[in-house]
Amino acid sequence: MTTARTVPDPPCEPPWESEILSRSDEARDLFTLRLRLTDARTRTAYRFVPGQFNMLYLPGVGGVPISIASDPDAPETLDHTIRAVGRVTRALADLGPGDRLGLRGPYGRGWPLRDAEGRDLVMLTGGLGCAPVVAAIDYAVARRERFGRLVILQGVKHAADLIWRARYDAWAELPDTQVRLAADHPTPQWPGHVGLATDLLDEVTFDAERAVAMVCGPEPMMHAGADHLVALGVPPERIWLSLERGFQCGVGHCGHCQLGPWFVCRDGPVFRWTDISWLLGTPGF
Amino acid sequence: MTPTGFLQRDRLQTLLDRLRERGYRCIGPQARDGAIVYDDLKDASALPVGIGSKQAPGRYRLEHNGHGRCFAWSNGPQALKPLLFAPRETLWRVARGTDGGLRFEPESHRPERRAVIGVRACDLAALALQDAHFTERIADPGYRSRRRDLLLVGIDCGHPAETCFCVSTGDGPAVTAGADLVLTELDAGFVVRSGSDAGAALCDELPLRAATDDELHLADAEIDRARRSQHRRLPGRDLRDPLFARLDHPRWAEVAERCLSCGNCVAVCPTCFCSTEREEAALDGGGAEHLRIWDTCFSAEHSYLHGRLLRPDTERRYRQWLTHKLGGWHDQYGRSGCVGCGRCIAWCPTGIDITAEAAAICADDTGAVPGISPGDGP
Repeated sequence: MTTARTVPDPPCEPPWESEILSRSDEARDLFTLRLRLTDARTRTAYRFVPGQFNMLYLPGVGGVPISIASDPDAPETLDHTIRAVGRVTRALADLGPGDRLGLRGPYGRGWPLRDAEGRDLVMLTGGLGCAPVVAAIDYAVARRERFGRLVILQGVKHAADLIWRARYDAWAELPDTQVRLAADHPTPQWPGHVGLATDLLDEVTFDAERAVAMVCGPEPMMHAGADHLVALGVPPERIWLSLERGFQCGVGHCGHCQLGPWFVCRDGPVFRWTDISWLLGTPGF
Repeated sequence: MTPTGFLQRDRLQTLLDRLRERGYRCIGPQARDGAIVYDDLKDASALPVGIGSKQAPGRYRLEHNGHGRCFAWSNGPQALKPLLFAPRETLWRVARGTDGGLRFEPESHRPERRAVIGVRACDLAALALQDAHFTERIADPGYRSRRRDLLLVGIDCGHPAETCFCVSTGDGPAVTAGADLVLTELDAGFVVRSGSDAGAALCDELPLRAATDDELHLADAEIDRARRSQHRRLPGRDLRDPLFARLDHPRWAEVAERCLSCGNCVAVCPTCFCSTEREEAALDGGGAEHLRIWDTCFSAEHSYLHGRLLRPDTERRYRQWLTHKLGGWHDQYGRSGCVGCGRCIAWCPTGIDITAEAAAICADDTGAVPGISPGDGP
């Protein structure tokens, strides 16, 4: 891994109190909480890099890992886009502005954005896999001159699952930037591709040999995407994937995210494809 | 460690007395409920004098042998693990104020000097691994606090069980590192060596006399006999590559037919460190306590990931445990996670033997394990 992504290891401490500033309902069962740490000193000291996650915590309910979807240059407010699927996320779904919850983090290692400077960026995401990547896209867009072409590909199962349509439209207006969307099940007005996001790799323009790819989505999609990128000539060591496991502690102690030689919460969640391709996709790992 | 002296058997109590004078709470082995357990040791007479143990796959029994020794048993189910990595521990408490605000309180850790008497080499090796896991990169506050004030009196193992294989892992039977004081038990008393400044200072206060050449020879013979009594072995000290190369070996499904997925092996393993976090809400709804309790990769919940299980069956859970213990640990901690204590063999209700499973999975058609030199192990 690279030193550019090195951030201080987080301590083992209780959460900090945070306050919900606003809530956006993105789609059915999918919402974004914009949080602010209530203690001014903690808020000032808090920094994250795109690709890291926080543990959000509700007293009496428990904790859940959620990636940070907002701009790393504005860490005083932290966006968390959450799908209500489990006990904790359903309880979070009942909250609104002014409510307080616990937050600890940031955990893990993020995207290799420093190393990607001067290169074309290919952001390939599926479903809610777009959440850990939007902060990286925002980072690159804010420093547009440091990067080559920017290719953003997002796939969803159903057209109605697509969130942040306005963001994709805005990114599409930027110079040297291509945005393509895909849906397996389109609506009649669906403007994008019908099928998989990985199909779109053949339809966009980038310098494969000099590109860096950042991939996040369901693991079969990431596997197929990485294989496709390699076939197009992207060096496998410049393909990066973000994994998800049942993180609880965030510091590599609890063992729930143990994966071969790794603790995903600490050594990932962003991994180089060449480091994990031998194990990813093996049922049970 | 060079021998410091000899402690007559009838003066063993002075060791406990000196430790207590220095503010240590003494913890030592005792026979209780049909097993050797470590608990508060008030008096040397509470040690398991005359007691031995017989172990076999799926079997553990104490026996009364009538001799005068107090460490002549092989390890019971407990290791040092519960004393440092607490089976149940509060991480923080949170209270909700009338304004809806949350106030978090970390659990405070009261320093307490504890001395553990009679620690085997396998458990000291396991402790070094738990230290690496809980303190080296990101320190767990509770573990670090308990570890800092711990004094360890090791005992060379003269009585391995039939299930033991510490010679094969390189971790025993003699105590070579990690203890402040090391004893070798003979009929008349103990050859004593110090392993740290604290141990040397303690020795100065004990009624030691010089050990005779005969006693030193007997001490060596005890260890040598213990070494030669072990016939179990792992097929090599580093099985990482052969295990990860055989993730589809038919033995995984076969062992899963015998494995109950009960997690006993994990509970008695001195190096397993998995935990799960639990929430206990106050009855008035105003606050909660956040706890950490031991977990096992043999449970369904261990592999829970937003609404599904990564390891829904026993085959994948056993494979996860073994490939981590004997494989992934090499990447994470520079050595195997197995110290050869044999507890997982004795305490498995169906007697699954980690050495047999590793050998079956790692062996090629000729029975040899590729990449493992024949001279590896005992």
